[in-house]
Amino acid sequence: MVEAVLGETVMADTLLTLDQVSFDGRGHRVLDAISLRLSARRTFILGPNGAGKSVLLRLMHGLLKPSAGEVCWEPVLEDRPPGMAAGAASGGGVNAKSRAAARLPRLAMVFQRPVMLRRSVLDNVAYGMAVNGVADDVRSRARDVLARVGLAHLAARPARVLSGGEQQRVALARAWALKPDVLLLDEPTASLDPHAIRAVETIISEIAAGGTAIVMTTHHRGVAKRLAGDVIFLHQGRVTEQTGAAQFFGEPVSQAGRDYLKGDLE
Amino acid sequence: MSWILASLADAFSLALSFDPQLYAIIALTLKVSVTAALVSALLGATLGASVAVGKFPGRGVLIVLFNAAMGLPPVVAGLIVYLLLSRAGPLGGWGLLFTPGAMVIAQVLLITPIVAALSRQIIEDAWREYEEQLTSLGVSRARAALTLLWDTRFSLVTVGLAGLGRAMAEVGAVMIVGGNIDGITRVMTTAIALETTKGDLPLALALGVILLFIVLLLNLAAHLVREWSVRRYG
Repeated sequence: MVEAVLGETVMADTLLTLDQVSFDGRGHRVLDAISLRLSARRTFILGPNGAGKSVLLRLMHGLLKPSAGEVCWEPVLEDRPPGMAAGAASGGGVNAKSRAAARLPRLAMVFQRPVMLRRSVLDNVAYGMAVNGVADDVRSRARDVLARVGLAHLAARPARVLSGGEQQRVALARAWALKPDVLLLDEPTASLDPHAIRAVETIISEIAAGGTAIVMTTHHRGVAKRLAGDVIFLHQGRVTEQTGAAQFFGEPVSQAGRDYLKGDLE
Repeated sequence: MSWILASLADAFSLALSFDPQLYAIIALTLKVSVTAALVSALLGATLGASVAVGKFPGRGVLIVLFNAAMGLPPVVAGLIVYLLLSRAGPLGGWGLLFTPGAMVIAQVLLITPIVAALSRQIIEDAWREYEEQLTSLGVSRARAALTLLWDTRFSLVTVGLAGLGRAMAEVGAVMIVGGNIDGITRVMTTAIALETTKGDLPLALALGVILLFIVLLLNLAAHLVREWSVRRYG
């Protein structure tokens, strides 16, 4: 499981630390000794097909267990969004933080292909809340979230008959309703038309604006350019660079990153 | 071939004669088999969902057993229930032998493995689609099983129908534990078997045609319900 470790070396605003994380799948190494520290509010994991982006996201979420190494989420203070002025808030750093009411961050994930339960749109959102112990006015709160993703008018419709773009917005609403500290998104705009991509992008921005940290993989460079704070570039199961988005899209540090932006790597 | 047409004609005139004896047999057939199918649907789907979603030692063995038990011969199921319910048997005190209750028990034993094996497959396929999403939401396995049962409900109706069809069509189990007593435990299949041994083949065939027709009607209704719900809920 995800384990919280408060080490001396961990910076106060770090969300997540990966230490020498490797993952073997079907006899070959998908990720190889990845060490990184996530602190940005909007981190994008980029890289060519088969680089291991989705696997990395699932390891972060705990859906997959690393073959080696450790994935450590930093505790967050109760009712305080992660990364938000964490340094200032915790003042004395590690010690002050560990005395406060700290808990592991709440994670939610949106997948490339949204899984819609065979029930109404509203019930899909309410389901996630009910599972996570939300007891009071689940349905009216679900309705609020649906309004925020622009689907209030479809609340009563069976979720599985919606279009792909609408389903993805339902999935975003379902995740958003959990008020996650961190939202993981695996290619949420893949196989959507430009209009739907815009809608999804706007919703992600709004979720981020509410204090939720975003970790997202995508093939859409435009989306990454507009939303990313930090870029982690993966190539053949290794991190070749982790830089600010401006730096990455301006002048990538690694050769693989340069090739990728030129379009030589897909 | 004319005897086939004659039997069809017989079947119609028999069905339209409103013979109370015939309708009592049809009613008992439906009562016994529908009850057995409902009980089996509950038991089998619960078992199927538990095995589909569960992780426990012996899971593979259980799946093989379910699948093998689909081929359980009705007479063997009947024999087992007969031994359990006979006066000297462990459940002899219930006094159920040669009653419709015994027939229900035998049919439940016969079709629960079918429902369990088929629903296990359906729910496991759905679990493959849902697993990451439900795990991500923090859903427990027990709750996931319930969610999957609900989400595969249309397919499970078809499984239940397969069970009902098997129950209504079998003769060996109800013959042994029911005894084919006129007016008490005689159902369509045992009546057909009896008429056949008596040599009244046209009557046996006419009864057979009526049985087929009932099964056809049930399946047509279920098909329409399923079509409608799939269009409605996706």
